[in-house]
Amino acid sequence: MKIVVCIKQVPDTKGGVKFNPDGTLNRAAMLTIMNPDDKAGLEAALRIKEANDDVEVTVLTMGLPKAEDVLREAMAMGADKGILVTDRVLGGADTWATSTTIAGALRNIDYDLIITGRQAIDGDTAQVGPQIAEHLALPVISYAEEIKVDAAAKTVEVKRQYDDRYHMLKVSMPCLVTALAELNEPRYMTPGGIFDAFDKEITVWGRNDLKDVDDSDLGLKGSPTKIAKASDKVRKGAGEKVALDPKESVDYIMSKLNEKHVI
Amino acid sequence: MALEEYKGVFTFAQQVDGKLDGIAFELIGKGKELAKDLGVDVSAVLIGHNVEGLADQLAEYGADHVILVDDPELETYRTEPYAQALAGVINEFKPEIVLVGATAIGRDLGPTVSARVKTGLTADCTSLEIGDFPMEAKPGVEQKHGQLLMTRPAFGGNTIATIACPDNRPQMATVRPGVMQKLEPVAGAKADVIKSTVKIEKNARFVEIEEIVKEVASAADIMDAKILVSGGRGVGSEENFKMLQDLADALGGMVSCSRAVVDNGWMAKDYQVGQTGKTVRPNVYFAIGISGAIQHVAGMEESDLIIAINKDDSAPIFDVADYGIVGDLNKIVPALTEAIKAAK
Repeated sequence: MKIVVCIKQVPDTKGGVKFNPDGTLNRAAMLTIMNPDDKAGLEAALRIKEANDDVEVTVLTMGLPKAEDVLREAMAMGADKGILVTDRVLGGADTWATSTTIAGALRNIDYDLIITGRQAIDGDTAQVGPQIAEHLALPVISYAEEIKVDAAAKTVEVKRQYDDRYHMLKVSMPCLVTALAELNEPRYMTPGGIFDAFDKEITVWGRNDLKDVDDSDLGLKGSPTKIAKASDKVRKGAGEKVALDPKESVDYIMSKLNEKHVI
Repeated sequence: MALEEYKGVFTFAQQVDGKLDGIAFELIGKGKELAKDLGVDVSAVLIGHNVEGLADQLAEYGADHVILVDDPELETYRTEPYAQALAGVINEFKPEIVLVGATAIGRDLGPTVSARVKTGLTADCTSLEIGDFPMEAKPGVEQKHGQLLMTRPAFGGNTIATIACPDNRPQMATVRPGVMQKLEPVAGAKADVIKSTVKIEKNARFVEIEEIVKEVASAADIMDAKILVSGGRGVGSEENFKMLQDLADALGGMVSCSRAVVDNGWMAKDYQVGQTGKTVRPNVYFAIGISGAIQHVAGMEESDLIIAINKDDSAPIFDVADYGIVGDLNKIVPALTEAIKAAK
């Protein structure tokens, strides 16, 4: 059985955010981590590998050349193979162009199950997973809280979270599942794993390795959505701040509530 | 087909178990505003099985038309049949704008449909307006008018971005629940129901529902509360939340909380305000013992009146509060409750 996990190297949003002059993210200038939902998806794949015979886990990412780091991390956790999709013409892609690119890469390889994270902490869109499935005409289950594989029956059973309920869903492979960070507690890299990871080969693909993809659907140019404006968030200014004893504090709040006709 | 042939604002009328979700009405409310600027109508797209009875409610909240797709395969939400329905409606009626709620359903349906009809989708929008793209005229660049400008927070609330979709139609957005305003319902309004000709076809992409498990829902939703008394880590313990409940009871409001409170197991996630919880905009929001992390503020800063109580003078919550009190919540909150009771 072949599992592909799509992972993304994301800026650690705690470290601040930097932009290019055209309004797109300056990823090169930020500290990075493996996106948390993707890491949970990888952990789920590694657990399936441990519980079944003959499972191969491939991690695939699209990004700058330095995104190789996130593949090495995934391989140190236990992934067997890594694929890096990188090309200047792919830069500035929105979710449509990104999913088109990744689908073009996936058409080159065999897979039974594709796992992506639900969403990445930089864009928070949750769109790329379902859109990859759409481009590949695969069944998709988003928001997975549990993933169980029946290798013999070639089916996947997924606990799919909704606002006030969950559905237990069953689907035939090949299919695509998007994982929630709540799925599991990802393992750490092991020293042996880190050592092995640097012996494993990473396949690097560019534009010409993408299958059945038009140039007009790639990168900034191929993105239907365009950034009109990006800025640091403007917040409403601070109001009054007072330091009073408890009784005066209560009187102060009461006067404001009265003024605003709350009471 | 030329872009200008796409006309009208469509909103997805999310229903579950034959009950319309609040987001369905919020989208119509926003859709009306956009439609007015464009001089077009708003159509609510109602997808399900035996749901025609819900159409009048959509009309009461302002839908000019209700487009209905009814099929037994649409009884319960599943990605493929719902995507066939919504993509089918888009191909049949060619709207210029399609709004979908950024719910656990809409954030699955939206991306699938946008990829299927080959257009852009902007996720989790908090503001929508009609304007020009590019926003500022530039020599040598065609400025398109009447575009949907979609604004959303990104990078954990650190930034906001405004997105346009100038060359593809429809322009699609998922919209964060609780942000847009519903209209006052007009009792007795009757819907103009248009039945779509879309047929749902079974294919290999259908998933099988083995079981549906409803989780115990809270009695009321913090997103509907007019007054919220919200507590953070600074409240100190699960027991101390009783104090906040008393204040909420005196004001006829509800208690909500920050993420730290959920992480500590003091309250259920249903009551969490913020980036990973719910977005609320009550008339009054009390932030009690809440430091005001950016992720929390993202979920409550649209509240009409924000009153913060915190012992830490430098807490960032004071940067967004209309009125900030530096003091001991353990003394102030019970006294405030008594004062409110006495005033009534």
